[in-house]
Amino acid sequence: MFDLTGKTALVTGATGGIGGAIATALHARGATVAISGTRAEKLEGLEKELGERVHVLPCNLSDLEAVDALPGQAVEAMGSLDILISNAGVTRDQIFMRMKEDEWDDVLRINLTAYHRLAKACLRGMAKKRFGRIIGITSVVGVMGNAGQANYAASKAGMIGMSKSLAQEMATRGITVNCVAPGFIATAMTDALSDQQKEAIYGKIPAGKMGTPEDIASAVVYLASDEAGYVTGQTLHVNGGMVMI
Amino acid sequence: MSDIAERVKKITVEHLDVDAAKVEPKASFIDDLGADSLDIVELVMAFEEEFDIEIPDDAAETIQTVGDAIAYIEKNNA
Repeated sequence: MFDLTGKTALVTGATGGIGGAIATALHARGATVAISGTRAEKLEGLEKELGERVHVLPCNLSDLEAVDALPGQAVEAMGSLDILISNAGVTRDQIFMRMKEDEWDDVLRINLTAYHRLAKACLRGMAKKRFGRIIGITSVVGVMGNAGQANYAASKAGMIGMSKSLAQEMATRGITVNCVAPGFIATAMTDALSDQQKEAIYGKIPAGKMGTPEDIASAVVYLASDEAGYVTGQTLHVNGGMVMI
Repeated sequence: MSDIAERVKKITVEHLDVDAAKVEPKASFIDDLGADSLDIVELVMAFEEEFDIEIPDDAAETIQTVGDAIAYIEKNNA
């Protein structure tokens, strides 16, 4: 089950906790992975850890021309691109009334427009091959909203809407498009919270704890696998029961 | 048949998986050859690649038959 031997995957935001875990999990299942992010030295560290079947492709996702070129570079490095994991994302939290236009634009560009550009650049090759897996890492916030994160929530909800539409267009070509929506996951981002904030969060999660990056990576492995070929346009929520949709 | 017509025919047969005899100039991609809208997009992309040309969206919309495709490419394949 869930064997990815011979498959090729591009993971953006692979320098982060979740992105790194996704790349590691896909690789462990036999996939060749191209890891992308802004911090080259972090990517090289991950490359060393994984060993064979890894390609480092640094990319700044706020530069949309670089984003357009990234899938092509992945194909050049690996010979094909079967699986796209659009995981990179940023936050610029601010109360809506005080949110500046550039805080809105930056988040929408990096989280949503980059996903659109990456997916677009992958489709021709996937359609030809009659196989493709496009997976957007969205967030529970895109579904439930969150005070102070109007820009982030809009970008994550946008990813879900785009994925559903693209899933309908490409279903006859063997290409599935799905999202994984993490809840609270223990990463550098949540480490910054105070104990009091953490306790308040745990109170809202039936599982009583945060998830791990590996919990997200397992959901991604499933959606990337041949076994999930009939699953498309879906959002898989991985949140310990915090929100049930 | 010109070289361009032959290549258009070959791409159409390969892409739509249809009998070569059915791919004649007056054949409609959608009505006669069973293409859907996504097939048309893919065919246009395949023609662009094969002939190293750009087919803008408004021109692509006018390409409905095999003959339309051949005529457009002959005109724009300088």
